[in-house]
Amino acid sequence: MTRGTSRRMRPRDLVGEAVAGLLARPARVALTVLGTVIGVGALVATLGLSKTASNQIVGRFDALSATDVVISPSTRAGGGGAAVLPWDAESRLLRLDGVAAAGTMADVDVRGALVRSVPVNDPLAAGAIQLPMKAASPGLFRAVHARLSTGRLFDAGHSRRADRVLVLGSNAARRLGIQRIDHQPAVFVGDRLYAVIGLLSSVRRHASLLGSAIMPEGTARREFGLRAPALAQVETRIGAVELIVRQAPMALSPVDPGLLKVASPPDPRQLRGEVKNDLNALFLLLGGVSLLVGAIGIANVTLVSVLERVGEIGLRRALGAGRRHIAAQFLLESTAMGFAGGVMGASLGTLVIVGVSATKTWTPVLDPWVPLGAPALGALIGLISGTYPSLRAAALEPVEALRAGT
Amino acid sequence: MIDGATPAVDVPGSEGTGVAPVIELRAIGRTFGAEPPVIALRDVDLVLRHGTSLAIVGPSGSGKSTLLNVLGCLDRPTTGTYLFDGIDVSALTDDQRAALRAEGIGFVFQTFNLLAHRSVLENVMLAEVYRGRSPDGRAERAHAALEGVGMSHRATFPPTKLSGGEQQRVAIARALLGDPSVLLCDEPTGNLDSVNTDSILALFDELGGAGLTIVIVTHEDAVAARAHRRVRMIDGRLTEEGP
Repeated sequence: MTRGTSRRMRPRDLVGEAVAGLLARPARVALTVLGTVIGVGALVATLGLSKTASNQIVGRFDALSATDVVISPSTRAGGGGAAVLPWDAESRLLRLDGVAAAGTMADVDVRGALVRSVPVNDPLAAGAIQLPMKAASPGLFRAVHARLSTGRLFDAGHSRRADRVLVLGSNAARRLGIQRIDHQPAVFVGDRLYAVIGLLSSVRRHASLLGSAIMPEGTARREFGLRAPALAQVETRIGAVELIVRQAPMALSPVDPGLLKVASPPDPRQLRGEVKNDLNALFLLLGGVSLLVGAIGIANVTLVSVLERVGEIGLRRALGAGRRHIAAQFLLESTAMGFAGGVMGASLGTLVIVGVSATKTWTPVLDPWVPLGAPALGALIGLISGTYPSLRAAALEPVEALRAGT
Repeated sequence: MIDGATPAVDVPGSEGTGVAPVIELRAIGRTFGAEPPVIALRDVDLVLRHGTSLAIVGPSGSGKSTLLNVLGCLDRPTTGTYLFDGIDVSALTDDQRAALRAEGIGFVFQTFNLLAHRSVLENVMLAEVYRGRSPDGRAERAHAALEGVGMSHRATFPPTKLSGGEQQRVAIARALLGDPSVLLCDEPTGNLDSVNTDSILALFDELGGAGLTIVIVTHEDAVAARAHRRVRMIDGRLTEEGP
């Protein structure tokens, strides 16, 4: 080869020198890589956990909230007290395709009448109390996923005959001292006696029902002059919400659907995206901070390494290394550290996702590009972090480097 | 002027042989800084032909090391012309000068400059890394270089396990790998005891006898006396002391 002609260093030699440079200081390299491991691991774990968690959240949301539609009089009609909803709202709604369950309810104005249990049931029970009183159509219990602890629910016959029967929510029953109904308990509402036919243990919608005494709409209409249902609760089939939102007002108020307002959940797909975006933004920020710390660690250690190896740099320059050879070696060393940190961080992050999911009985979800892209991200961080120290190493004059290193 | 224009003062025994100069300095000057400038080399002329050994002596701060750095293409002269094997070094880029060092110049330092975390053999092989040649056969060539300085039995040792004299032999083997035109030695025996000094000087005699061009910067008269030529640096100027 002609003397005085610049030449390229063979890649095999470059890699060999970089690896040898790293292996010369294994403990320091391990500690440096640890920063990237934590950073990349945190990023992978947070991305995976956010995806896993959002799937859980959205999954639960889909099961209940995404089928929830509530119809009530609009403000134009005069609000909740307006007599807009028809008495046969339940049957009209059930005729709509896409409605799984429907019922109506209203608060009953008992004009200050107190409620008390019959003394023979529990002489130690509290005296007369004020108790929220509600009227419901028979289908409401299914629409709110009501569960009985004992007894039965009233039906269309009770309502049609205006029977004096009550179903008590669990809290209301406790306040009245009623735990069982096999002795046919009864309560007084004012001076009117009502038979308690069932006790609710739970509801998944309208939790206020648990603290109330619930009577058939027909009974409330005759006994207390209830003018109309205050709201209609609908449970749709999955994916039918938008359809029911459009059709229900026309079914209930065909002359002027605008007298009714419909409350429905947001589009599940949109909600899923929003939940994921919120979580991802938070977790990505945390992961990004971790990565920044890792990058600063690599930059710091590479810079210290350059300062410590000034003599070595001088020797390499004397042996014929060009500036670009020196820069390439230090860049490769920092990139290799970042890559190694990325590989280990991806593994660690994946293990964290699996571990957390196992303890929470979640299904771990992770986009494949996250663990596959993490080593590349680590290498990129190493490359960027090593740029400044490498340029400083390359800028050293051989004479100065040899003098400083001896 | 220390010149080979009259071959009789160049290399004893090379008179009229027409041996080409490997190093030719014309009016080389080197100045550091500006306020005030420090003149390290003043109008240095020097011609050195192949197969010559030259000792540069002089007090500290006289410019010996600066001259050696210029000769080794580690530093650029401020003024003058430097021809290495007929190539005008001042016209070369940084990378080309690095390539010239890799191919044509071997360095031996006072402090050996061996990499502590690499074996003796790997330290010697390092000399070929920046030549762009295939690594095939590199280990064998490095082994042969170690053999030439009597250190092949220490090939797998780390340098820290060797004596000063042994480390300097390894450094010489590294400098010789690839057959450079010139061996530049900066106080090569400065860190050695008398026994190791004699051993290294005997090695230089052997290499000089084999036709290698050697330039040695030294404080020690005994070392300088072994060279074909001796020159003295005083305040950046070069004066011939004779063979």
